[in-house]
Amino acid sequence: MLEDFFVRALLAGLGVAVIAGPLGCFVVWRRLAYFGDTLAHAALLGIALGLLLELNLFFAVFFVAAVIALSLLALQRHSALPSDALLGLLSHGALALGLTVLALMTWVRVDLPALLFGDILAISVSDLAVIGGVGVFVLATLLVMWRQFLTETLDPDLAEAEGLHPRWARLVFLLLLALMVALTMRIVGVLLTTALLIIPAATARRLTGSPEAMAVAASAVGCFSVIVGLFASLHWDLPSGPLIVVVAFGLFLVSLVRRG
Amino acid sequence: MLTDRADKNAEPLISLEGAGVQHNGHWLVRDITFAVRPGEIVTLIGPNGSGKTTTVKMVLSVWLPDTGQVRKKENLRIGYVPQRLALSASMPMTVARFMQLTARLSAAEISSSLSETGAANVLRSSLNALSGGELQRVLLARAIARKPDLLVLDEPVQGVDFAGEIELYRLIGEVRDRLGCGVLLVSHDLHLVMAATDRVLCLNGHICCQGTPTSVASDAQYRKLFGEHTAAALAFYEHHHDHAHHNGETIPLAESDAERSDAVPSPETINR
Repeated sequence: MLEDFFVRALLAGLGVAVIAGPLGCFVVWRRLAYFGDTLAHAALLGIALGLLLELNLFFAVFFVAAVIALSLLALQRHSALPSDALLGLLSHGALALGLTVLALMTWVRVDLPALLFGDILAISVSDLAVIGGVGVFVLATLLVMWRQFLTETLDPDLAEAEGLHPRWARLVFLLLLALMVALTMRIVGVLLTTALLIIPAATARRLTGSPEAMAVAASAVGCFSVIVGLFASLHWDLPSGPLIVVVAFGLFLVSLVRRG
Repeated sequence: MLTDRADKNAEPLISLEGAGVQHNGHWLVRDITFAVRPGEIVTLIGPNGSGKTTTVKMVLSVWLPDTGQVRKKENLRIGYVPQRLALSASMPMTVARFMQLTARLSAAEISSSLSETGAANVLRSSLNALSGGELQRVLLARAIARKPDLLVLDEPVQGVDFAGEIELYRLIGEVRDRLGCGVLLVSHDLHLVMAATDRVLCLNGHICCQGTPTSVASDAQYRKLFGEHTAAALAFYEHHHDHAHHNGETIPLAESDAERSDAVPSPETINR
């Protein structure tokens, strides 16, 4: 069954959509949409460095995204620049640097559209194993640390006062986000990674009444988008990544109509 | 008397000794020394920027002191009522779910805490839909549902009207009586907390003066910081409390409200 590229694509997309649900909710709650974009742009630099140094691309992207996430955390505390300016600086700096390094490596043939918009149909069995393993790890961490993440999001001081560890929660959350970006960029590409995080969460917000329900609903909306998007892309021979996002966006529009 | 409820020999829940916090080369507060014991209500007052919130954050371990010490009783259970909640409208959150944010509670525990603060009617409401006063009651209910050893409230009356303020302080006194917990309260003015507090610390980057509400109110440092007219307004309260505590019982709220309404100057004149 796994020999079929379409089945692999479907499994990979579903795996990523499941973890994108709860993580995307936190991205929305914590107003980190632009932050997610910055990490995704940094992913391109990760790919470039990975190819240059002949590293595993997943770990290269995770590494660069994690470094960018942690430097943002440090910079926000000590810099005179506002957060959005810092994000723009790192985001476009990393994107431009990544594109330059890729162009310099004349000996590597790079499929740039695949990097920018994803190449879910090229997912291999070992890619699937990575998505499965990392997915289970991210979900388990989310479950174990759910109360920590949620309380830190609502009020870090309250979390600290009542015996939780908001500093750890923040750090772990950023690392999970970096992992997520490293997984997602294969599916929908650098430019659409945050879409998979934010759009299902935004749709779920309109349908649910508790943070937990919103997280589960976001996963469900993401999975539905992946299934419909992939079948549509097969049927009409259109690019899968953008189509998955188009379906997710369509669902969001429908959710708007539903509540009026 | 109120002070009798505090056990002076009990081990302090929290004690600060010469504690201070420095930020960007400036001292936000320094030389802060005080303790909160079980059953005691301690109030921090002071103008904006006087270091009240910084002091509270040291108590909560959000900020570590750069000098001096903050000692906590082992396994101290804190219930914290923040000034406001940075709740984004993007998170769906009902009052019932919010009550369980940091503790697992039974439905009975949740509803009894909400009833105690008079917020039982909003159990199923969304947190985003609450008024300022309702939110404060829910925040207080959530903190006391944890059965804390120490209840910390940072300016709990913001966004609450004048009558609501008096009611809230009465409630805090009741919670202290029932749970026997210590209470650390931050307030922007002294007059309303008079009834409900055992000890007052007046801050202005350091401790200006401290003592019983009456002694602080007549302290020259306090008068200098807050102005003579505030101290004069306090006289009304002193009278009421002398009267109310003759029999050693708490004044029923309806009665005290009615009583106070003629004597109390309008909130605008007090808050300046």
